[in-house]
Amino acid sequence: MSVVHPVATVANGGAPGSTGGDGTNHKLDVSIWRGGKNGRFVSYGITLRESQTVLDVVTYIQRHVDSTLSYRFSCRVGMCGSCAMTVNGVSRWTCRTHVSEVVKDGRLEIAPLSGLEVVKDLSVDMTGFFEKWTRAKGAFVPGPGPSRDFAVVSPDSPQRRKVDAAIECIGCGVCYAACDVVSWNDDYLGPAALNRAWTLYNDVRDAGNDKRLAAVAGNVGCLSCHSQQSCVKWCPKHLNPTASIAGLKRATVKAALAGRL
Amino acid sequence: MAKPVARRNCRNHSNYWAFAVHRISGVVLVLYLPVHFYVIGLAIKSEAALQSFFSLAENPLVRLAETILIITFVIHVTGGLRLLLIEFLAWRDWQKTVIAVSGGISLAVGLVFLFNVF
Amino acid sequence: MKVRTETLLWLAQRLSAMVLVVGAIVHVSTNIYAVRGGLTAAEIIDRVHGSTAWLAFYLVFAAVAAIHGPLGLRTVLNEMTPVRGRAADLVALVLGVGILWLGWRAAFGLFG
Repeated sequence: MSVVHPVATVANGGAPGSTGGDGTNHKLDVSIWRGGKNGRFVSYGITLRESQTVLDVVTYIQRHVDSTLSYRFSCRVGMCGSCAMTVNGVSRWTCRTHVSEVVKDGRLEIAPLSGLEVVKDLSVDMTGFFEKWTRAKGAFVPGPGPSRDFAVVSPDSPQRRKVDAAIECIGCGVCYAACDVVSWNDDYLGPAALNRAWTLYNDVRDAGNDKRLAAVAGNVGCLSCHSQQSCVKWCPKHLNPTASIAGLKRATVKAALAGRL
Repeated sequence: MAKPVARRNCRNHSNYWAFAVHRISGVVLVLYLPVHFYVIGLAIKSEAALQSFFSLAENPLVRLAETILIITFVIHVTGGLRLLLIEFLAWRDWQKTVIAVSGGISLAVGLVFLFNVF
Repeated sequence: MKVRTETLLWLAQRLSAMVLVVGAIVHVSTNIYAVRGGLTAAEIIDRVHGSTAWLAFYLVFAAVAAIHGPLGLRTVLNEMTPVRGRAADLVALVLGVGILWLGWRAAFGLFG
């Protein structure tokens, strides 16, 4: 990691400005957000290496250029969802984003996720994000009485199939940061929390749906979604929160008409 | 909201543009509606009052504005139909097709109107 | 606003939208036909005058527009302007009543 190698080619062909074509060094101008809420972008010039991810670049700068740079990561392989940042204006997992995919004219801008309070540099406080999962009644509610045996949920049952993809959410916050409605309405629960509510709504073992529907209806919940689908576009796991929210819309309308809301 | 919200490029995709068109056309239409009804309401006074207003429509610029309004209306209706499909029916992966069809219908209706009005 | 009320308003906006889609098809096709050879007041009044079918159509069309438009504007106000909550409700209500009144006045005007 300590030696910077000049490379002849960049993975995936690279982008204009990042590839010399003549085998010379490929300089990368990296702008990184430094400080808290009132911070600023600071420029770092580094040499791009082959197959480097955005997280590799951040790590390189932290280890070799400025050890005071703060950021969050854990698994580095797209399993934990903790390294999400805003890269060239788009919220992404930095560990699964090759520089060559996003670099523009040899420049890379790395900012913390939007819609959340910045702790320092590239790390944000996820508290607001997860509080909304709680508000959306995103926890399983057991039915009355002790369960004597394992609940059998057939993988083929219609309700289970509705959430086949949705249950794969790992709560990285990319959709939340990409959503306009989140930025317009501080109380809006956001795509991830609503998607979570939809998975529990379809869980046959769960007994908390009346309260859950009341929590996700109205203008803090599913009815404020305008199907802009930035969540769908940028979800690193290719999930579809818009479809989950549409399901909740139908469920809350039914509940309202039946007087259960 | 934190300051470094540099997420400007999250919006650049077809469904977001469809949303933007729907919102802008919606605001234009809701502001136009009272004016439209007021003008037609001139008929309550006399046919001549209404006709004098329609005579303004002889102006090519007014006709062009009318055509743009028709396109705005149709694009809002077809785009709205797309939203109703998303919200009330099971999910389908033909979003971009629907957006294209809605834009196409709007332009076609606008053109038909344009040929008829001139 | 109560969650149930908010949900029913949302539904009202969607249901009015469905009616508007049907109305729009009738309205736009009539429109395109009417402007052939120039738009005249006489032509429109001739069509609607004394016709209960056209009167009913325009009364319903104006009414659903008066529901749909202001509810949409209310959402836009709440999301994008400082006019929020009660103030947005008031704007939507006044606009809704205004559109309904102007629309019905126009429909009855043409009916004669």
